[in-house]
Amino acid sequence: MPHRAAVRAEAARLRGLFEAAGALPVETSVLQPAEVLLDLYGEDIRARAYVTSDALRGEQMLRPDFTVPVVQMHMEHGAEPARYTYSGEVFRRQEEDAARANEYTQVGFEIFERAAPESADAEVFSMFFDILRPLGLRAATGDIGILMAAVEGLRTTERRKAALRRHIWRPRRFRALIDRFSGKSPVPDQRAALLAAAEPMAKAEPMIGLRGPDEISSRIKALRDDAQTAPISATEVELLDAVLAVRETSDNALERLRDIAVDLPAIQGAVDRLAKRLEALTARGLDITKLDFEASYGRTQMEYYDGFVFGFYAEKRPDLPPVATGGRYDALTRQLGQGREIPAVGGVIRPGLVLSLGGAT
Amino acid sequence: MTLKLGVPSKGRLMEKTFDWFGKHGIELGRAGSEREYAGFVQGIDNVELILLSAGEIPRELAAGRIHLGVTGTDLVREKLGQWENQVGELAELGFGQADLVLAVPRCWVDVSHLDDLDAAAAAFRLKHGFRLRIATKYHRLVRDFLRENGVADYQLVDSQGATEGTVKNETAEAIADITSTGDTLRANHLKILEDGMILKSQATLFKSRVAPMEDADRHTLRALKNRLHLD
Repeated sequence: MPHRAAVRAEAARLRGLFEAAGALPVETSVLQPAEVLLDLYGEDIRARAYVTSDALRGEQMLRPDFTVPVVQMHMEHGAEPARYTYSGEVFRRQEEDAARANEYTQVGFEIFERAAPESADAEVFSMFFDILRPLGLRAATGDIGILMAAVEGLRTTERRKAALRRHIWRPRRFRALIDRFSGKSPVPDQRAALLAAAEPMAKAEPMIGLRGPDEISSRIKALRDDAQTAPISATEVELLDAVLAVRETSDNALERLRDIAVDLPAIQGAVDRLAKRLEALTARGLDITKLDFEASYGRTQMEYYDGFVFGFYAEKRPDLPPVATGGRYDALTRQLGQGREIPAVGGVIRPGLVLSLGGAT
Repeated sequence: MTLKLGVPSKGRLMEKTFDWFGKHGIELGRAGSEREYAGFVQGIDNVELILLSAGEIPRELAAGRIHLGVTGTDLVREKLGQWENQVGELAELGFGQADLVLAVPRCWVDVSHLDDLDAAAAAFRLKHGFRLRIATKYHRLVRDFLRENGVADYQLVDSQGATEGTVKNETAEAIADITSTGDTLRANHLKILEDGMILKSQATLFKSRVAPMEDADRHTLRALKNRLHLD
């Protein structure tokens, strides 16, 4: 582990690079209100936040990341367009591996801009790419927006689509839902009995707990409606699987997705955005024929990202977490904006890991 | 040097452990008065009995302060991160069986599997404005299980005792707890989810992977394993 002072100096150097790209340095409090913000993180971060409380302010957490508080700050009083940089420590409980740090420094760069989101994606990614180039890392990229568009395009009920959208970040449950909705997995006996029962609520006693009889019967009604819904067709499931299986260099991935889009026109818009992003990356001097693209990338960890996603990994050190990660989080600005929203993209680098790998200068 | 063997310091777990070793010709017992937590070992040399609370044994093994220890699989997996790197299982002892299960109110006729729980949790959160609460003391095991199975929109609330009562008291909507017969769950109007088995636990003899050992200790361990037919 590099020395704290060295990490701080590296963080300052990285922040300086982002400032040179026009980013305004910002600070956020270490203690953040837990109740509102915690729900915005995925389970992985949520379960690992250090939560404490205070008689006046209620539940507080030690900042587990900067993006959420920076978005909150911007939505409250930020001017547009804006670009920010920050550096500081984040805190995450480690319950499995004692060798992983529970507090470490992040340096970040975030762009809030309405015009040309693909070009902002490319700007953030290429800055990270250039900064990290000396370390010889593997760059991974993906686009959650394509998968979301594919779900949106399914010919099925809004309720089923909402269930699938909710589980985009949990591949196993997503798969189970697809199997259920397409009729591939059999209806369990208990469910069949419930659907067939004349008076299912008759057995709902004694009634205990906060989840009331209205909630139980409204779910039974939803299940009965769903049982009348036609299964998602095998063709549509195949197309969805084809999207999920795309894992190629970016140029080939784009070709593959264009082919799929012929049969699945719902993803056309998202694929066009990918094409624009790749053009913008090429214009910045990146060789997209060497850049990996994986349609499933980012599904397990990056819950607030809903478009472009990326990460940089030290392949020779599989024991290390990613050195940098980032992505687009338009929906997060909507959630924190109370009616307002703005397209936003950004990422973070861990200077401690940069130094562990020999430094990026 | 002696090989240190940690055994639960009271109750049925202690007696059954003594019986199990006794069957293999190794007599374990408490020295002195009932209140004294010192023990004796007869039938094998250079093994020292340390009486500890069952809940402390995983940590003592992981810290290398004892070489061997008898405790429940549930406690080892809950208390130790990457438990396989810290301790090894030598033998399942065939008693102290208990299942860590996920249970919901019996009146939830619409919930029989984890996917029902997940759907109920999503609707619950929309209606009540907070995530469905699951009371447990096994935070790590329950969270890992729910993550693996892709259940969302829940929160764990800590309950160190009388967990089955939390639903009726409206401090939780569901529970994850240890049960052996299911009687307490039934008496509290709860039912186990069909796919809600988180872990089947039983009393197990563990070996510390980190406790320092001299050649003599290794020799003792071989002799002990031989006597216990664990080769």
